[in-house]
Amino acid sequence: MPVSHAEEGYVTADGRQIGGTLMELKNITLRFGGVVAIKDISFDIRDGEIRAIIGPNGAGKSSMLNVISGFYVPTEGDVYFKKVKRGPMKPYEVARLGIARTFQNIALFDGMSVLDNIMTGRLTMMKSGLLSQALWYGAAAREEYAHREKVERIIDFLEIQNIRKTPVGRLPYGLKKRVELARALAAEPKLLLLDEPMAGMNVEEKEDMSRFILDLNDEFSTTICLIEHDMGVVMDLSDRVVVMDYGRKIGDGTPDEVRNNQDVIDAYLGVAHD
Amino acid sequence: MLYREAGDFKTTYSEDSQTFPIRFDRLGFYVTLLVAFGLVPLFINDYWANAVFVPFLIYAIAAIGLNILVGYAGQVSLGTGGFMAVGAYAVYKLMTSFPDVPVLIHVLLAGGITALVGVLFGLPSLRIKGFYLAVATLAAQFFLVWLFNKVPWFYNYSASGQITVPQSKMLGFYVTGAQTSASAKYLFCLVILTLLAVIARNLTRGTVGRKWMAIRDMDIAAEIIGVNPLNAKLTAFAVSSFFIGVAGALFFAVYLGAAEVTEAFGIQKSFLILFMVIIGGLGSIFGSFAGAAFLVLLPVFLKNVLVGQLGWPTDLAAHLELMIVGALIVGFLIAEPHGMAQLWRLAKEKLRLWPFPH
Ligand SMILES: Nc1ncnc2c1ncn2[C@@H]1O[C@H](COP(=O)(O)OP(=O)(O)OP(=O)(O)O)[C@@H](O)[C@H]1O
Ligand SMILES: [Mg+2]
Repeated sequence: MPVSHAEEGYVTADGRQIGGTLMELKNITLRFGGVVAIKDISFDIRDGEIRAIIGPNGAGKSSMLNVISGFYVPTEGDVYFKKVKRGPMKPYEVARLGIARTFQNIALFDGMSVLDNIMTGRLTMMKSGLLSQALWYGAAAREEYAHREKVERIIDFLEIQNIRKTPVGRLPYGLKKRVELARALAAEPKLLLLDEPMAGMNVEEKEDMSRFILDLNDEFSTTICLIEHDMGVVMDLSDRVVVMDYGRKIGDGTPDEVRNNQDVIDAYLGVAHD
Repeated sequence: MLYREAGDFKTTYSEDSQTFPIRFDRLGFYVTLLVAFGLVPLFINDYWANAVFVPFLIYAIAAIGLNILVGYAGQVSLGTGGFMAVGAYAVYKLMTSFPDVPVLIHVLLAGGITALVGVLFGLPSLRIKGFYLAVATLAAQFFLVWLFNKVPWFYNYSASGQITVPQSKMLGFYVTGAQTSASAKYLFCLVILTLLAVIARNLTRGTVGRKWMAIRDMDIAAEIIGVNPLNAKLTAFAVSSFFIGVAGALFFAVYLGAAEVTEAFGIQKSFLILFMVIIGGLGSIFGSFAGAAFLVLLPVFLKNVLVGQLGWPTDLAAHLELMIVGALIVGFLIAEPHGMAQLWRLAKEKLRLWPFPH
């Protein structure tokens, strides 16, 4: 199935229509002083697909996600989002482009309630002025309740109704991951980046999370790029997979193609590099 | 009537996000308002106004202001005394320059001027955090006090270097100057405090409050979800300084009547208000009230009981006060950073479930 090169998109094995290129990375290299975290990697993310990045520890996956999200500016190479070349940006400007993410080490606001954490996902959309907020009158109140309604839908979707008012710091790990996803979803992103969304979860929690990811891709047609270590999960979820090792791309294609790629097999079996 | 949440169902988001979602709390709030506005002014005398009520009301405004900055936005400040001085000198200059404008306007304008100064001194917060920011605000404290001492224009070239408040009226009653009655002082401060507390509550439960708390809890994540840190930190400095400026203006114009900057707005003032915020509870409006009440009442209580009743020497009682405050600060910082407000919240949580332990 040579799907990777069709510019106008493709149809997945389960019959979903995938669109054109949403994000394109061209010859990306990223250095931290002497460390080369990413070496000349190119790939694309199509509109509506679930794209996975896999690879051993330290392969450069999180760095790649940081380049995609705009948090890191690549040392060399170009990033195109919706066919427009992206210059260096401040992190808060990226959020306004419609790219949201979760972190490998959960980055929630521990002192705030679950509800407030998720509401922060909508901050870029809230426009009322300071004075109106101070008086809780007119625009501010209307806006607050309108966004609250949207957030409640996400809370229902992720089945976290009963912890709405709980301070996030008190939640167990698995629920925190879910709240972090909720916060990212609240931004209604075009592209959602998930850095190891299932790390440290038990089987049941992983199943829940997989279901949420598939559902939200399906229902809201959110494009998703995720990093995951659990091969079973990756193969089940993703439409296409990029495999990284030591900062290089060693495989790119459908789960089946990647599974049968000799370089990938070697990397995962730990064959020595030359 | 029991303290219960059950059966008190919320059917709209506005009901759910109100300040006192539990009916019992709401009732308590209305009773407090009724007593504060209706009852206290009838009985208040000069002693109670000057020793307890007026300082409490003014310190509560300052504590709310500082809490917005430290407790909500996570930016440390030791410059509170200096910012109160800005409010005091601003109101003094305004009152002496424009005696016909109502003093309430001057007090609010003084807050506005302090907000601008606060933003100016808040600029370093974009680059530095924690301890270093504390030192920078400490520098602001000393600089401002020095400035008001050094430039005679600020105290209208008075021989003593002091500033003395002119008389002024609101609605036909004196609110500043020697002829002001206890109840007028009290009511004037109470109205302003009530107004500002409502504003603080609204800001902290809405969009800007979430931005502040996001910056406080994890500034990098806040930026990534789209919070502009410059904007969030500077609004926190502006709003906080506005409150502190208003408090400084009232402290001088209504409470002291005449002031000398080093004595009235020195570094001790910065610490006093910081202690109110820590003991009362970081990140809580209610805590700001509790902390202000506690630190205003403690010396009065010790003086009346230890000195008045038990005949202790005054300096011994004063030392005991310092020790109690010190121990409480350390205790709260270690065991309960959310202060008295959190203890109160926990007590209510227990009560809500009582008599069932879980
Ligand atoms: N900010 C940074 N400064 C310096 N080096 C970094 C930085 N971020 C990542 N690196 C280095 O880049 C390399 C790739 O790291 P990265 O976190 O991208 O790997 P990863 O594939 O996400 O690994 P893991 O599976 O452990 O999460 C590592 O050698 C790491 O030490
Ligand atoms: Mg990683």
